[in-house]
Amino acid sequence: MIKEYPQAQIKGLEEQAKKIRRLIVQMLVRAGSGHPGGSLSATDLITVLYFEVLRHNPKEPAWQERDRFHLSKGHCCPLLYAILAERGYFPLEELWTLRKLGSVLQGHPDRRTPGIEVASGSLGQGLSVSVGMSLAAKIDKKDFRVYTLLGDGETQEGNIWEAAMAASHFKCDNLCAILDYNGFQIDGKICDIMELEPLAAKWQAFGWHTIEIDGHDVKQILAAYDQAKAIKGKPSIIIARTVKGKGVSFMENVCDFHGRAPTKEESEKALKELDG
Amino acid sequence: MAESLYQRDVYGQALVELGKQNKDIVVLDADLSGSTRTSIFAKEFPERFFNFGVAEQNMMAASAGLASCRKTVFVSTFAIFASGRAWDQVRNTICYSNFDVKIVATHAGLTVGPDGASHQALEDVALMRAIPNMNIIVPCDGPQTREAVIAAAGHKGPFYIRLGRPKVPTIENKGEFKLGKAQVLTPGNDVAIIACGIMVSQGLAAVKSLSEKGIKARLINLHSIRPMDCETVLKAAKETKGIVVCEEHTIVGGLASSIDEVVAENYPTAVKRVGVNKRFGQSGEPDELLREYNLTGPDIEKAALSIVRK
Repeated sequence: MIKEYPQAQIKGLEEQAKKIRRLIVQMLVRAGSGHPGGSLSATDLITVLYFEVLRHNPKEPAWQERDRFHLSKGHCCPLLYAILAERGYFPLEELWTLRKLGSVLQGHPDRRTPGIEVASGSLGQGLSVSVGMSLAAKIDKKDFRVYTLLGDGETQEGNIWEAAMAASHFKCDNLCAILDYNGFQIDGKICDIMELEPLAAKWQAFGWHTIEIDGHDVKQILAAYDQAKAIKGKPSIIIARTVKGKGVSFMENVCDFHGRAPTKEESEKALKELDG
Repeated sequence: MAESLYQRDVYGQALVELGKQNKDIVVLDADLSGSTRTSIFAKEFPERFFNFGVAEQNMMAASAGLASCRKTVFVSTFAIFASGRAWDQVRNTICYSNFDVKIVATHAGLTVGPDGASHQALEDVALMRAIPNMNIIVPCDGPQTREAVIAAAGHKGPFYIRLGRPKVPTIENKGEFKLGKAQVLTPGNDVAIIACGIMVSQGLAAVKSLSEKGIKARLINLHSIRPMDCETVLKAAKETKGIVVCEEHTIVGGLASSIDEVVAENYPTAVKRVGVNKRFGQSGEPDELLREYNLTGPDIEKAALSIVRK
């Protein structure tokens, strides 16, 4: 039975995602460095998670019953910071300190930021971290769920597949990975640098339930999280087809914007596009 | 004849003791639970033990996830894999977040024996010492292993505890164990011998032989490499003619380097290093290897004499 979501709610989430994209652009132009491409490609996925799916309390980040989210692809923290600020984990003004000396918003996630569970930045370790969180829930017989966002290039790390094996071995059905499959990595197209296909088949072979969606379709995203929640006995992965730099025409599918902040002119152009 | 114990046996038993007291103790291993003796805990508390198979990187990063959910996690494998194979996970995911993860690494040093160089961790203390937040203990015998494990469990933050493979003789009358506080085992003002791990018993042999020559050596068991007891080290630097540092580890980056740093900055004195001198290990019996790599009582004595008779 697929849960129906009212059109107004879907529209609201789409608007929220657009707002998050604007904040990402504004943060990065002020910071002068950072990673727009992968932040924009995963915006819809993580906005829906934080505004609709996740059980959490921004006023009490250490609440023991909270669902856990871990950003395995740590370089996309502008996305997470914008969402955490919008959800009230810290004041919005903090966003303008990104990557500055003494800021609570480091260039890659760190526990000094309210709402960040575990530091990340060195790729390939976040799925293992999430397996640990999942096991902690099982030991304590708690019903919180664990979500983690993986980059596609990141899954070239061997550590990911060690964790994939362990998650199904330990039957981590409280664990849901989200794979932001935008098809690009720093040096170029994934298929040219190090092919991942057949990707869903790989995860299935490792014992995972796979859900393939359009990662920019809010309705599909909501349905995917619902489906993952219902799967018992094995972990789930949402393999979301996305567009790197989504929402800003001149950043879309442009490798250069993996790790380059927009200039002032570019940011103005980008914000104009995101206004509409 | 003093008793000899496997540090690993004591470790496994200490885990059970901790597990009974604290339901938040969780233990992980990577397919070496029989050798590291975490199997003793696994038998007692199967619901709090996880075998990660031959995947040390995954195990280390997973320990951080558990610790983020308020667990105190003991993670074990051989020292070579704990420190080398999973270094990035230990640095970025355990230590950077200052998690309550206790890495208890066994089969450290040359005395792994016949398995040879690939399994003889001689660089592990150096690798761990370079990481902020990490505490490092190298216990000298069985009873001290228990004390170290209990101390680590009661002290928030990451630890690296280094254990060996063979049985080690128990050192008598060490006094109270305190994290970051060295133990002066013999009094003496002619020369100081600072040792950790199995080298403490070699140091005792040297002290005995030196005393027969009328030389009084102060033997210090420096079990806590971090935090380091600088006060006891500097006192030895001031009150003796020099220091011999002994470790079953490369002379680069471990205990010897730690002592060099402390005395060079505060009270320069003669320091001789008895350790593995920029070589890989090899197959052999533990005793043969200690002789081959000049890590015996007579080697310590020779170094001490070179300071005293300068």
